[in-house]
Amino acid sequence: MPRRIFVTGLGIITGIGNNLAETKDSLFHLRTGIGRIRYLNAGLNSDIPVSEVKCSFEECFQLAGIPVSEGYSRNALLGMIAAKEAYLDARIADLPGLRTGLISATTVGGMDRCELYFDDFLNNDSKNIYIDTYDCADSTEKIADMLGIRDYLTTISTACSSSANAIQLGARMILNGDLDRVVAGGTETLTKFHLFGFDALKILDKEISKPFDENRNGINLGEGAAYLVLESEESVKKSGKRILCELTGWGNACEAFHQTASSPDGIGAYLAMKKAVDLSGLDVADIDYINAHGTGTDNNDISEGRAIQKLFGTAIPPVSSTKPYTGHTTSAAGATEAIISILCLLEQVIWPNLNFSEPMKDLDFLPVKEIIRDKKINHVMSNSFGFGGNDTSLIFSRVEP
Amino acid sequence: MMMKPIYITGLGNISPQKTWDNSHFLEEVEFGETNYLRCKDPNYKEYIAGDMVRRMSRIIKMGIAAGKICLTDSDCTMPDAIITGTGLGCIEDTEKFLTNMIRNNEEFLTPTSFIQSTHNTVSSQIALLLKCHNYNFTYVHRGFSFESALLDSIIRLGSGESKTVLLGSTDEMTPNTLAILQRLGQYKRKAVRTQHLLKDQSRGAIAGEGAAFFLVSSTPGSKNYARIDALDTFYKPDPESIPLRITEFLKRSGKTIDDVSMVLMGINGDPANDKVYDDVTNRLFSEKPLGWFKHLCGEYQTASSFGLWLASMILINNRVPETVLLKGIKTSELNSILIYNHYRNLNHSLMLVSSV
Repeated sequence: MPRRIFVTGLGIITGIGNNLAETKDSLFHLRTGIGRIRYLNAGLNSDIPVSEVKCSFEECFQLAGIPVSEGYSRNALLGMIAAKEAYLDARIADLPGLRTGLISATTVGGMDRCELYFDDFLNNDSKNIYIDTYDCADSTEKIADMLGIRDYLTTISTACSSSANAIQLGARMILNGDLDRVVAGGTETLTKFHLFGFDALKILDKEISKPFDENRNGINLGEGAAYLVLESEESVKKSGKRILCELTGWGNACEAFHQTASSPDGIGAYLAMKKAVDLSGLDVADIDYINAHGTGTDNNDISEGRAIQKLFGTAIPPVSSTKPYTGHTTSAAGATEAIISILCLLEQVIWPNLNFSEPMKDLDFLPVKEIIRDKKINHVMSNSFGFGGNDTSLIFSRVEP
Repeated sequence: MMMKPIYITGLGNISPQKTWDNSHFLEEVEFGETNYLRCKDPNYKEYIAGDMVRRMSRIIKMGIAAGKICLTDSDCTMPDAIITGTGLGCIEDTEKFLTNMIRNNEEFLTPTSFIQSTHNTVSSQIALLLKCHNYNFTYVHRGFSFESALLDSIIRLGSGESKTVLLGSTDEMTPNTLAILQRLGQYKRKAVRTQHLLKDQSRGAIAGEGAAFFLVSSTPGSKNYARIDALDTFYKPDPESIPLRITEFLKRSGKTIDDVSMVLMGINGDPANDKVYDDVTNRLFSEKPLGWFKHLCGEYQTASSFGLWLASMILINNRVPETVLLKGIKTSELNSILIYNHYRNLNHSLMLVSSV
C-alpha cells in the first residue's frame, strides 16, 4: 500500500495579496499585482513593470510579527510571513511530538540587502550584520528559528523550479520515513540584480505579460513567498485535522539543452510532466487543469506548449498561466502556483490566463480565456521550469471531505 | 535519517592539494604561509572543450572536471541523477554582474555572468555535457549543502528511484568574498603557516574551496572506495546534547564507539570553532585516533565533502597520511571512520563510512 502525502496548510504572500484570503479575492476579481515599481530602488529600470508585494520593508516586519530590527532581508521576512501562515493553518504546534522539517527554496533573494550594502561590505564595518543575509540558507534559518523547526532543514536552488522541488523533496522525505510533516516552499524578493539580469537577457515585457499569445513579449518579474504543509497519513490521523488535498505526483527532469533557453520540442517539460503522471498512477485524461509555467517568453511558451501537446495528445485539459496575476516570482513560483492550483481544487474554479487575445500559430490549443466554474476538478498539474533546464511538475488531487 | 548503505564507486576531487589523480593519495602535501588555500588546477582542457573553458568561471570548471574524473573513475557514462551542494554557488560570476551593475551605472550589462551566476549552474552544465535528462538537484544550505545532497542520494538509492547518483559539492573563494567574510571573523586576517595552523590562536579559519564528486551506487561496483553507512545533520545544537547525539547516531547503525577505527573532525584553526570538537573528543573519543583535514583544504561550506573523500581514500588504501593524524596511533586495520563536521556551530553533520 503506497503511503500518501496530504496537504494540510497553506501560506502565501505575493503582489496579489498578503495572505491566502487576499490572494483568493484577487484571483476571483481577475486582479493583477503587476504595475509600476514602488518599493524597489530599480535605477535605470524603474519603468519596467513588476509585481511587488504591496508592503514597505518596515511593513514586512509587522506582517512577520517581529519588531523592526537589523539583520533581516526582505527575502527572509517574506518567507517568514508565508511560512508562518502555513504553519498556523496546519496547526503544527498542536502536536509537538512529530518530526517536522523545513525545506525552503531561494536563488537571488539574498541579494536584496547585499546589493544595497555591497560597497559597505567591502570598505567598512557599518553593515556587517547584513553580510550573513546574503546566502540562500539565511532566510531558511530565520524561518526555522521563528517557528522552532529543528528536525531537518535545507535549502534548494534550482532557479525558477526551486520551490516546486522543495515540495517534492518534502514528499519524498515523508515517504522515506525521515519526517512526519514538512513546511515546504520558497521565497524570493525582487532585486535590482535579477531585474537587470533578466533585462540584459532581453526577456522582460515592458507591458503586462501575455503568456501563450502570438504577440507575447516576455516576463514580468514578481516577488513573494509561498509554503505548503505536507503531512504523512499517520500524522494526519493523529491530529484528525482537515485535509486540503493530496500531493499525488511529482517529476523532475533536466532539459540538458541550454543554460537559459528551452528546447524547441520541450523535452525537459515533457519528461517532468510524464514522470509526475506516471508516479500518480493517473491517466493523462484524468488531469483536469494545467497551471502552466507560461512565462510569456517566446521560447518557453512554444516549448511548454509543444510538450503539453505531445503528452496529452488530443485530450488537452484547460491550461492557463497565472503569472499575469502574480508576476514570475522565480524561486517562489513553484509554490505560489502550487497554491493557486490547490485553490482550483478547493474552489472548483479555473482562473483564466489574463491578457490573451491572439492564438499562437505554433500551438493547437488555446489557454483558458474566461473563468471556468462548471467543471468537476479532481486533479491539477502545476509546472515550473528553471534556468539550467531544471524542470519540475507536480500533481495535486482532490480528497473527498 | 533512515538508510540502506550505499557504495562509493568513483571519486573526483579538485582541491588545494593535488587530488585529482586517484592513483595517488597525498604523497605530496603542499603547505604555505597564507590565509586562503586555493585549488590546484588540473589541465581543464583535458576535460572541457577549449572554447568553453575560456567562458567558464573557476567553480564551473572545477565542478565539471571533478564530475568527469569521477564518472570515468567509476566507468559510469550516464548517472541516474546528478545532485550537488554549494554554499555560495557561482560567487565569482555573481560578483562580476553585481559590480558591473554598480560600477557602470547600470549600463551596458551583458548577460553572460548573470546566466552563470545561478547556483544550479554546475549541476546543469554537467547534465548538458552528458545530455543527461535525469533527476537534477542543487542544495544551497551553508554547512548542510553537501549533506543535503548526500541525503537525497541516499533516499534515491534506497527507494530504488536511482541506481547510481553523481553526487558532488562545489565552492569557490574570491578576494572580495574573503575580505567580506573576514569582517565577520570567519577567516583569519593574517597569513599563517598552514602546517602549524593549530599553534596560531588568532580568530577565524583559513579559507578554502573545492569540488569533490562521488559516484554513489545502491550496489557494490567493480571498485569500491567505501560504504556510507549513516548520515545525520543537526542544527544549532545545545552543546551538552552533542555527545548523546553521536552515540545515538552510532547505535542506530548498530555500532558503538569501539567499532570506530578513527574519527575525522572539521577542526579549522579557529579557537572558538575548535572548542566544539575538543569537548566532544574529551567526552567521547579520548582513546581514539583523531584526524583532521582543513589544514589541507581550508574552511568552506562544503568542506565536509573533502572529509568524505579523505575517509574514502584512507579506507581503500588502508593508510592514514602522516599529516592527517592529529592524535593517537595508527591502527593496523581501518574498518570504519566517523566524520564529524560543523559549520560555524550552526550546521553539524555526522557521516559513518566503512571499508568494503
